[in-house]
Amino acid sequence: MTQELRTPVPKTPTWRGLRDVGADSPARPVYLSLLALTVFAWILFLTDGGQFFSQVNTVGILQRSAALGIVAVGQTLVILAGSLDLSVAFLISLVSLVAAETMADYGVLPAIGAVLAVSALVGLVNGLVITRLKVHAFIATLGISLIIKGVLDHRYDGPAGSVPESFQRLGYDRIGPVPVSALLWAAIAFAAWFLLRRTPLGYRIYAVGGDPEVARLSGVRTDRVVVAAHVLCALCAGMAGLLLAARLGAGAPTVGSDGGYDLESIAAVVLGGTALAGGRGGVAGTVGGVLLLAVLDSVFNQLEINSFAKDVVRGLVLVAALAIYARRRLAR
Amino acid sequence: MRRTLPIFGVLAVLLVAIAVANPYFLELPGFLAFVKRAAPLAILAAGQYFVIVSGEFDLSVGSLVTAEVVIAARLIDGDPGATWPVIALLLVLGALIGLVNGAVTTLLRVPSFITTLGMMLILAGAVFLWTGGAPRGALTEEFRTFGRGGLGPVPWSVLILLAVVTAVVLLMRADFGRTLVATGDNPGAAALSGVRVPRAKTIAFVLSGLSAAVCAILLGGFAGVSAQVGQGLEFQAITAVVLGGVVLGGGRGSVVAAIAGAFTLEALFTLLNLYGISGALESAVQGVILIAAIALGSLTLPAWAARARTTNATTHTTPDPTHAKG
Amino acid sequence: MGLVLRMTGIGKSFPGARVLSGVDLEVAAGEVHALIGENGAGKSTLMKILAGVHTPDEGTIEIDGRALAFGHPLDAQRAGVSIIYQELTLLPERTVAENVFLGREPVRRGLVDRETMERTTAELLASLGEDSFGPRDLVRRLSVAQQQVVEIVKALSVDARIVVMDEPTAALAEHEVELLYRLVRRLRERGIAVLYISHRLREIFDLADRVTVLKDGVKVATEPIDRITTADLVRLMVGRELTDYYPPRAQRPPGDVLLSVRGGGNDRLDGIDLELRAGEIVGLAGLQGAGRTELVKALFGAEPFTRGEMTPRRPRSVRDGIAAGIGLVTEDRKSEGLALHQSVRDNALLVARAGKGRAGGAVLDLLQRVRLAPPRPEQEVRHLSGGNQQKVVLAKWLTVAPRVLLFDEPTRGVDVGAKAVIHELVRELADGGMAVLMVSSELPELIGMSDRILVLRDGRIAGHLPAGATEEAVMELAAGS
Repeated sequence: MTQELRTPVPKTPTWRGLRDVGADSPARPVYLSLLALTVFAWILFLTDGGQFFSQVNTVGILQRSAALGIVAVGQTLVILAGSLDLSVAFLISLVSLVAAETMADYGVLPAIGAVLAVSALVGLVNGLVITRLKVHAFIATLGISLIIKGVLDHRYDGPAGSVPESFQRLGYDRIGPVPVSALLWAAIAFAAWFLLRRTPLGYRIYAVGGDPEVARLSGVRTDRVVVAAHVLCALCAGMAGLLLAARLGAGAPTVGSDGGYDLESIAAVVLGGTALAGGRGGVAGTVGGVLLLAVLDSVFNQLEINSFAKDVVRGLVLVAALAIYARRRLAR
Repeated sequence: MRRTLPIFGVLAVLLVAIAVANPYFLELPGFLAFVKRAAPLAILAAGQYFVIVSGEFDLSVGSLVTAEVVIAARLIDGDPGATWPVIALLLVLGALIGLVNGAVTTLLRVPSFITTLGMMLILAGAVFLWTGGAPRGALTEEFRTFGRGGLGPVPWSVLILLAVVTAVVLLMRADFGRTLVATGDNPGAAALSGVRVPRAKTIAFVLSGLSAAVCAILLGGFAGVSAQVGQGLEFQAITAVVLGGVVLGGGRGSVVAAIAGAFTLEALFTLLNLYGISGALESAVQGVILIAAIALGSLTLPAWAARARTTNATTHTTPDPTHAKG
Repeated sequence: MGLVLRMTGIGKSFPGARVLSGVDLEVAAGEVHALIGENGAGKSTLMKILAGVHTPDEGTIEIDGRALAFGHPLDAQRAGVSIIYQELTLLPERTVAENVFLGREPVRRGLVDRETMERTTAELLASLGEDSFGPRDLVRRLSVAQQQVVEIVKALSVDARIVVMDEPTAALAEHEVELLYRLVRRLRERGIAVLYISHRLREIFDLADRVTVLKDGVKVATEPIDRITTADLVRLMVGRELTDYYPPRAQRPPGDVLLSVRGGGNDRLDGIDLELRAGEIVGLAGLQGAGRTELVKALFGAEPFTRGEMTPRRPRSVRDGIAAGIGLVTEDRKSEGLALHQSVRDNALLVARAGKGRAGGAVLDLLQRVRLAPPRPEQEVRHLSGGNQQKVVLAKWLTVAPRVLLFDEPTRGVDVGAKAVIHELVRELADGGMAVLMVSSELPELIGMSDRILVLRDGRIAGHLPAGATEEAVMELAAGS
């Protein structure tokens, strides 16, 4: 036995940390595209007499993408688990109001607590409707999102509550050159990456998304995993809602839906190479996807292109990227 | 057809409730007014049905409706002579968008959720890019008469709806419809039986695009030109189809039930209005009903019910004995 | 060595079918216990009950003397039951180690202990003498045989007391089967109880210590392997002698050549020469992986030949094949043959509808022709038995009256009674002037049905045999000894 045991743990060439962008990684194309686009943007800014890597521009990019980035990280978790969450947009609106109104009356900490509790509850309901009532995730989260919308429409006509100065700093302050909001995004992204890479729950999210039947036969309690992913996704949406409330200085019933966070977060996730069917991909790709969209926006701004053109190009980029991924999968 | 029964039950209950609250509903003009309101969504749901039953999604129809209305207003710009050519153009455009959706989904193998999401962004952006941000121009009376006017007492939209329903029912009974459902159920088996799967699915997308064009023509007349005219319609159409018992993922459900789903939604809105429940809560009720309807449809029946229905059960999956055995 | 598994009085019904009743089964430590029975005898259900996937209606299970709780696969796993399913249960996008420890990752301070995971996996791989891949390789890059090794490592890693293997050789090439034998013997040496489910009698005589035979959900015998013969096993399984099982062979000499291939090949096949004549049934034999399914799919146009001559014109697509009068009854009814939620009528008419127009007359006549009983055109096919489903698949092809009909494992998952009907139908079609090519892994069926036999090996035709060839002759050509 001892002799046999000497077989070395094999020599996979890739250093572990690079697994996320290694040749085998679904996230690689998005980073290559991001790199190409950044170089393009840099040259474009130069010829325009600007500086892409100027502090104003990079800070702007980070600040603009933080909220979507946070939502997209959460969306990554549910999509990896083979589900999807269309309720994040209205949830963001809801928690922005919860945050602003609670802060006005009770202060910042209780407000954060309330936001997290409300988000977790919505995520829990999403997860339970999907797993217990066996409603397709698309319909379940669409239904929940309609319910939230109804509550919002019923109770609010416009912005409400107010966010104290101290908390508004979350929206605009910087630590050194880095916006606090971007730090928050980075922290959440790192936490999710760590969850997926190092914790049993993360492993099971991949398993359930990869093949629920295989996961079940291997003893994974698949329902719990799906519920947990939905709770985490909703918590991410809650954080994004807090961030947006800090930016606006108040809660707004349309901040989530106007931002299109539901479909845009899904778009960012799949741009990042995560399979819509689940089980394949990761947070690293999603971060790349969000940054790609943000750099694209920055290019449009530089070129002073009409904002409607952005939508057109976003749509084209999304479809083209997915078509390319499909070809790559086929080629293997 | 058995699967479709629940939705007709729900619809009947809602209609009775409306009639109780508002006896005018029982008179012909009252009822026709209701059908007229429901017609655009019903037509859109019929189109969405083809896509869903073939195993795909079409999220682009809302944007497409908006785009079509905005384009119509800009191109017609109050010129009665332009009405018919523009209507033809709208239909061609709808079909074309469907063709692109279908081709990208089947040939480039992009998940239809993403294809049509991309198309949604592209259409919304392109139309306003073209009109400079806000709808311009105006529709003519001739154009608007389809959504507003009628042939004697019968609104045009009701007649158009009847024509559409007849057409889709015939289509679903024809070879195309049967092969489309089989394709949604099992694309592999369909392909090995000689079905041109990409073609069948693409036609489904084309039909969805056409239905969006017709819906836009009716809505343009009924509600007028605005940038919001099609907003959220894709979700309403999917909701209607799913309410009708059509299964996401394809292969199951009838087109008549999908249309009934659209009527159910419209009846629900009407009822909420009648009982003075604010328009605001409308969507909340819609959400609850949506989840409840699907959950009730998919929950496993109790054992006694399952036994009674083994030979003809369609609303739930019984463990398959042939599969369970070695 | 003591008793590891004791199942007592296991019974189970599904709606409309009693699958198991009063089954007792005991397996000792270090024993390889074979479980055999025909398709539908209840082997898989028994296994799934042991695995915690199904809950039995009655009976008890003890592992090492302790009663097993039913409810979730996790409970069975914790009790030391490990199952290797026929269809591999691995996640292609995850690494070997991640798959091995799926659902029970080792945890240190709340985090997955990847090092332990990978080290243990590497040790287990080494102990099985496997060095062609490592714990960090993605499963999708492994061959089927390598994936099976991963399954076995997975079983070993849980300190399984009993390992259940369901048709483990089904997807293996011949040389890989030897490797599997070695693995099974290693498990036995470790004192693990092995429950080995297979319908290949030779494997059972090669490996098993004892054998239990199930028939129609009832245990008919448990015997030590050296006190039983192949003939006994067959008699116990089938409950009757194998003679008179097949319809008589062609009475007339074969007619015109309806399909011929010269030098047909693609990336899986090479140098295929064959002729199919009206009125004859040609059997196609070969080991798993020899290219039998690939050959029928090439003839049909689903995975076309890329070279060679063929009459009628070499089909480039399924539609070409159908247009040329070729039909294919696929191996897997559920994934390739039927739209399960559609009615019998819609399935039966699918080919005709997909083609130029309707043919074949009224559906009821058609269903009577394939002896579907009762012929209810509006019933959903998923509610039919395997045999009746196969008849619907056959009906589907009869609508377009093909000249050549290819059958890939036509009686797999079909009960004995329906099997005989399908055999008669195939013979009737040939007698009616069709050319038939039939793939079957069951040699008695192949030999009993065929007017002559083609044997494939490694994507090439290894030889021809006349009607009534012996099993040994077929195997010799197929294995290339």
